[in-house]
Amino acid sequence: MSDQTTSGPVLAADGTPLKRSLARALRMQKLRALALIAPLLLFVLITFIAPIADMLFRSVENQIVQDTLPQTVEALADWDPSASEVPDEEVFRALAADLKVAVKAKTHTRLGTRLNYEMTGASSLFRKSGRRVKKMDPEGDASLKEAFIGIDKKWGEPEIWNTILTYSPKYTNGYFLNAVDMQKGPDGPEARPENQQIYMILFGRTLFMSLVITGSCILLGYPVAWILANLPTRTANLLMILVLLPFWTSLLVRTSAWKVMLQQQGVINDVLVWLGLVGDDARLVMINNQFGTIVAMTHILLPFMILPMYSVMQTIQPTYLRAAKSLGATNWTAFWRVYFPQSVPGIGAGSILVFILSIGYYITPEIVGGNTGTFISNRIAYHISSSLNWGLAAALGAILLAVVLLLYYAYDKIVGIDNVKLGG
Amino acid sequence: MADMKSSEAFVEFERVQKSYDGENLVVKDLNLIMPKGEFLTMLGPSGSGKTTCLMMLAGFETATHGDIRLDGTSINNIPPHKRGIGMVFQNYALFPHMTVAENLAFPLEVRKMGKSEREQKVKRALDMVQMGEFGGRRPAQLSGGQQQRIALARALVFEAELVLMDEPLGALDKQLREHMQFEIKRIADDLGITVVYVTHDQTEALTMSDRVAVFDDGRIQQLAPPDKLYEEPENSFVAQFIGENNTLEGVVKEIKGDTALVRLDDGELIDCKPINVTQPGERTRVSIRPERVEYNKERLHEDAHTLKAEVLEFIYMGDIFRTRLRVAGNEDFVIKTRNAPDQVRLRPGTQIEIGWLPEDCRALDA
Repeated sequence: MSDQTTSGPVLAADGTPLKRSLARALRMQKLRALALIAPLLLFVLITFIAPIADMLFRSVENQIVQDTLPQTVEALADWDPSASEVPDEEVFRALAADLKVAVKAKTHTRLGTRLNYEMTGASSLFRKSGRRVKKMDPEGDASLKEAFIGIDKKWGEPEIWNTILTYSPKYTNGYFLNAVDMQKGPDGPEARPENQQIYMILFGRTLFMSLVITGSCILLGYPVAWILANLPTRTANLLMILVLLPFWTSLLVRTSAWKVMLQQQGVINDVLVWLGLVGDDARLVMINNQFGTIVAMTHILLPFMILPMYSVMQTIQPTYLRAAKSLGATNWTAFWRVYFPQSVPGIGAGSILVFILSIGYYITPEIVGGNTGTFISNRIAYHISSSLNWGLAAALGAILLAVVLLLYYAYDKIVGIDNVKLGG
Repeated sequence: MADMKSSEAFVEFERVQKSYDGENLVVKDLNLIMPKGEFLTMLGPSGSGKTTCLMMLAGFETATHGDIRLDGTSINNIPPHKRGIGMVFQNYALFPHMTVAENLAFPLEVRKMGKSEREQKVKRALDMVQMGEFGGRRPAQLSGGQQQRIALARALVFEAELVLMDEPLGALDKQLREHMQFEIKRIADDLGITVVYVTHDQTEALTMSDRVAVFDDGRIQQLAPPDKLYEEPENSFVAQFIGENNTLEGVVKEIKGDTALVRLDDGELIDCKPINVTQPGERTRVSIRPERVEYNKERLHEDAHTLKAEVLEFIYMGDIFRTRLRVAGNEDFVIKTRNAPDQVRLRPGTQIEIGWLPEDCRALDA
């Protein structure tokens, strides 16, 4: 850009390099800008970024085994899991010592819960053992191995020891493997038995349904946005209220309304039966399945599609269409070759909004989704609030986030993020 | 115009009316006949109906009443894309998502023209407006003047015989606008196309057109070549609208042949040329062009009628002097004099006498 021919930096009037002078002049401005955004920045950092980072960290964090059973983990290092034998007395003594400490600190039940994710029964095993370990004496002569097996014969099987050993490192990829329907086997990661596979199906369904919802929003929203953009401002504003009306109603109310509409004894089925299109004994099943979720979510997310499309279309001057027609294009050609390409940025912006919103949607699929219409987010919520397996929830969330970022990247490569306009 | 035969007509408006709301007529009884190859400008203030006329001709508005004919056939019911009329829009309306070449190829593509022929025509059109090297650019990368040229080339590339231009130079700065005026005129003459040009800039209308139609209030007030329009305005609207004009109000005292004696409101008598006054006693507005007013007695006719005037303001404008006078109670009476070496510079407060030839002073409607 510079057409400067002399060598060396350009100097300001007082002899300092121009760049430094400029930087100094702009510093105040930059500081002021920073001060203006600082409150929001801090707010977002503290209440949003930090919790998310912490949550994502939980998907690999696994210090509980090592923290609760430090001596046991150390003693287990010599044990060969492939021999399918129970470890020797030394390990049991270490376990007893660790458990005594853990019982005092009441951390053994938490360890039990953690290991229960990987091996069913581990929770009760640790609770039971915790109650009775107080009587054991790690320094005494009696065989603690026998004593433990006496408490629960699971201690006499290699499985629990395998689990403890597998999950003894500070960090684990176990949650992530679980989140993609795999598990840690003796020979590294392996697929879970088919009847336990659930997450990949859910991810696939979430993506598929989000795409269908985005597609229906485009099909339904485009003509509406077009009408709005081509009406006189007064009428357009009036109709805009209708588009925005759903925003002013509680999400829960809207979703419940769909329940009333779609259920088998609901409004739509009643009308169809009354019209004789559907037999009374063959009412359509339109809720608690994918169809219900798609219908309800399309309705709920439609404004997010219409608004960006509308604001982009508003900037497309009607003279473009007139020009195309004066040049000999039919109405359809004028629309398809001239209007539509200019409205693509609006479709892009709306699609990204709707797709990303729907991929993480929770309430609507929860209420109208039934078994076949639930999303991955419902499973995440289940692990957060019911099974309390936060590590797995975090892993699922991290994968979801990665998928969204990947799609965003792909979109940028294919369509170009510069082509996304929210208006103006 | 009246003597032009209908058979020579290329574009013809016959008793055309247009109303948008069913209550007010935007265009009232428009009759216009244009021969082939004419450059006609529709000039008028905004809201005078000139753009509506253009849009009806292009097919974007339908006439409420009347007939519009192109080359003898009525086009009232022909959709715009079948009329084959080229059009240049106010803001150019170049398609922003296409390159310049693609913009130009668009009308050829929709006419299903072969690729090689298309490229040839696009190239020729670009060369015509001296934009041959810009085919690969996007409209946004061009300056206003360049976009203007491309818009012109696009309207001409499919060899339309009639080209409509809707204030095409409105967005350009003065210098570029003047340059483009000549450019458009040259291209139009070279190609022999018929042009209907809409503008509210009277200089543009005077310099470019074969004939100018002055619009006001939904009617053509006068349709005439530029010189006739300026020198012989037919009513006081045209006199006021075209160029600078001085008006004096009064009552017709008597009319003798081609001279009318007018008593101005302050009692002075002057000789005028009666244009649309017919009887004594009628109120009239007398119109005199500033450059036809003379205050140097030596240059005045011996029998010229003179009026007393007081100099209020003297403005030096380089090539001319502009002097504001109080004449017969009118404080906005302006005279223009050429900046010649012997020209007197009038000082404010000076009392002078001014005069003019009776034929330069036109008695128009009040």
